Amino acid sequence: MAGYDNMPDMELYQPVQIDDALALAARLAERGWLVGGGQDTYGWIKDRAKRPEALIDLNGIESLRGIRETEDGIEIGALTTLTELATNPIVNERYSLLSKAASVVASPQIRNAGTVGGNLVQDVRCWYYRRGLDCYRAGGNLCYADTPEAQNREHAIFEASRCVAVTPSDTGPALVALEAQMVITSANGTRVVPAESFFVGPEINIVKTTVLREGEILTAVRIPAKWANAEFYHEKVADRNVWDFALVSIAGALRIEGGNIVESSIVCGAVQCTPRRLTSVERAIQGQPRNEATATLVAGMASQGASPLNQNGFKIPLMDNLVTKLLTA
Amino acid sequence: MTPRLTRRRFIKSVIFSGAALSTGAGFYLTSAQTRQAGAVERLVSLNINGRTRRVDVMPQETLAYTLRYKLGLTGTKIGCNRGECGSCTVTISDVTHYACSTLTHSVKDKAVMTVEGLRAEDGTLHAVQAAFIAELSPQCGFCTPGQIMSAVALLKTNPRPTRDEARQALSGNLCRCGAYDHYLNGVMRASGQLS
Ligand SMILES: Cc1cc2nc3c(=O)[nH]c(=O)nc-3n(C[C@H](O)[C@H](O)[C@H](O)COP(=O)(O)OP(=O)(O)OC[C@H]3O[C@@H](n4cnc5c(N)ncnc54)[C@H](O)[C@@H]3O)c2cc1C
Ligand code: SF4
Ligand code: FES
Ligand code: FES
Repeated sequence: MAGYDNMPDMELYQPVQIDDALALAARLAERGWLVGGGQDTYGWIKDRAKRPEALIDLNGIESLRGIRETEDGIEIGALTTLTELATNPIVNERYSLLSKAASVVASPQIRNAGTVGGNLVQDVRCWYYRRGLDCYRAGGNLCYADTPEAQNREHAIFEASRCVAVTPSDTGPALVALEAQMVITSANGTRVVPAESFFVGPEINIVKTTVLREGEILTAVRIPAKWANAEFYHEKVADRNVWDFALVSIAGALRIEGGNIVESSIVCGAVQCTPRRLTSVERAIQGQPRNEATATLVAGMASQGASPLNQNGFKIPLMDNLVTKLLTA
Repeated sequence: MTPRLTRRRFIKSVIFSGAALSTGAGFYLTSAQTRQAGAVERLVSLNINGRTRRVDVMPQETLAYTLRYKLGLTGTKIGCNRGECGSCTVTISDVTHYACSTLTHSVKDKAVMTVEGLRAEDGTLHAVQAAFIAELSPQCGFCTPGQIMSAVALLKTNPRPTRDEARQALSGNLCRCGAYDHYLNGVMRASGQLS
């Protein structure tokens, strides 16, 4: 399929009030496309793999920007850029897990434009799908990535259901680990969804990666005080340091009292379609010190139940080793 | 010159300019006819290199396209057109962005700077440009305007960066010739840390 340099003719709306954006999103429904930083959007449209009729550019809506303190933690506007997340003093001081995750997305220029909302809602990076093939996720009835010859080194080792694509977002796992809440608004009102249930896998919805419905806008992300200033560990393993999606990433928050882990929240990215919380590991390390012995105790636990494809078996030891690194850092 | 040739030339020129004109008119009419209430106005004022430019901009047009094909500012290169190379890097309000991945309509109230805007009125080059020449930073030169814009933005917020900070700041600019170290030498020279 050919790639084109220019985008096809479309309408563009630039509302400055959230209510106008919500009304537009409701009116245009599936014919419209929300734009934050546009860094995930324009490739789709240039390649003609997605063909919205109108763009709704959210950048003029000031109320969607910035980081505020709340009674229970902080609230991050959905249009806050990844650069702001990486450099904001409050985020750096209390939730450095998130600033670290934001700082390793793509490249400086993409972080300057890309928003946290777009980073969370971005579509999967499976190249068969992104080239416009009619796979399951595109409404067809086969998966090109799950065949004997398929190039699936980057794909899922857990929870595949027809589609084997993985979550590409770097901030997603960090926000699940921090037990963030997603604030979703539509013309009919607002609902708040925990980060963990914000993301959905192919068994629930094979054409969308989040619970967002037509007409809904992610307006903010709330991070509770619960994990503020906890011990954090973040690592993203990718083939290169810039412009590359994780092969496997890990985001963990630990509370340690009297030398032992009293509570933890550990999440892997890029192993399944949603950020994967390592609940068995969390349970096993509770009450143990953060050290080599505990790492040995839980060795191999993270990857239990994985079913690798032809080319991604390496993700199993990678995942386990990242847990070891988290516990021995 | 035979009349035939002249005529062919004439036709050619009509086809070229005529085609260009009708395309432009076509775009304008399409959007004028179908423009929904609240959709963007096509005729916009842009602030490019300190000058106000009035341009007719399609709703879906990228800044790289406007700069190169409407304003003749071809210093901004298009390499990948997908946010993967950095050759289209410009600054918008002093922050680096990929012009290929920016809607022109989103920069209406902002100061856009391209490599053409760096030179002083009297022709003096920007410190980064002079340093890149002194250090022979470019090899083929295709990525150079983007590298320059990233370096200019860095020095604006961090006038004496470490080499590693410079490496980070230029990490969104691919150089197919692999002249990375020469660009970093240039940044160190421009910031007065290399004599
Ligand atoms: C070369 C390249 C490398 C990349 N590398 C990485 C990487 O390493 N890690 C990573 O995590 N990402 C990466 N990305 C993906 C992505 O572009 C960025 O992560 C960026 O954060 C996306 O944000 P955006 O605001 O630009 O998204 P947009 O393109 O504006 O939006 C993305 C999607 O989210 C929807 N959306 C946006 N805002 C909202 C909202 N407020 N409410 C509801 N829906 C919304 C849009 O409709 C669209 O479907 C990369 C992209 C490119 C082009
Ligand atoms: S992994 Fe998912 S997105 Fe990729 S080809 Fe298979 S069904 Fe399509
Ligand atoms: S042309 Fe814009 S990043 Fe390559
Ligand atoms: S000098 Fe040739 S691409 Fe950088």
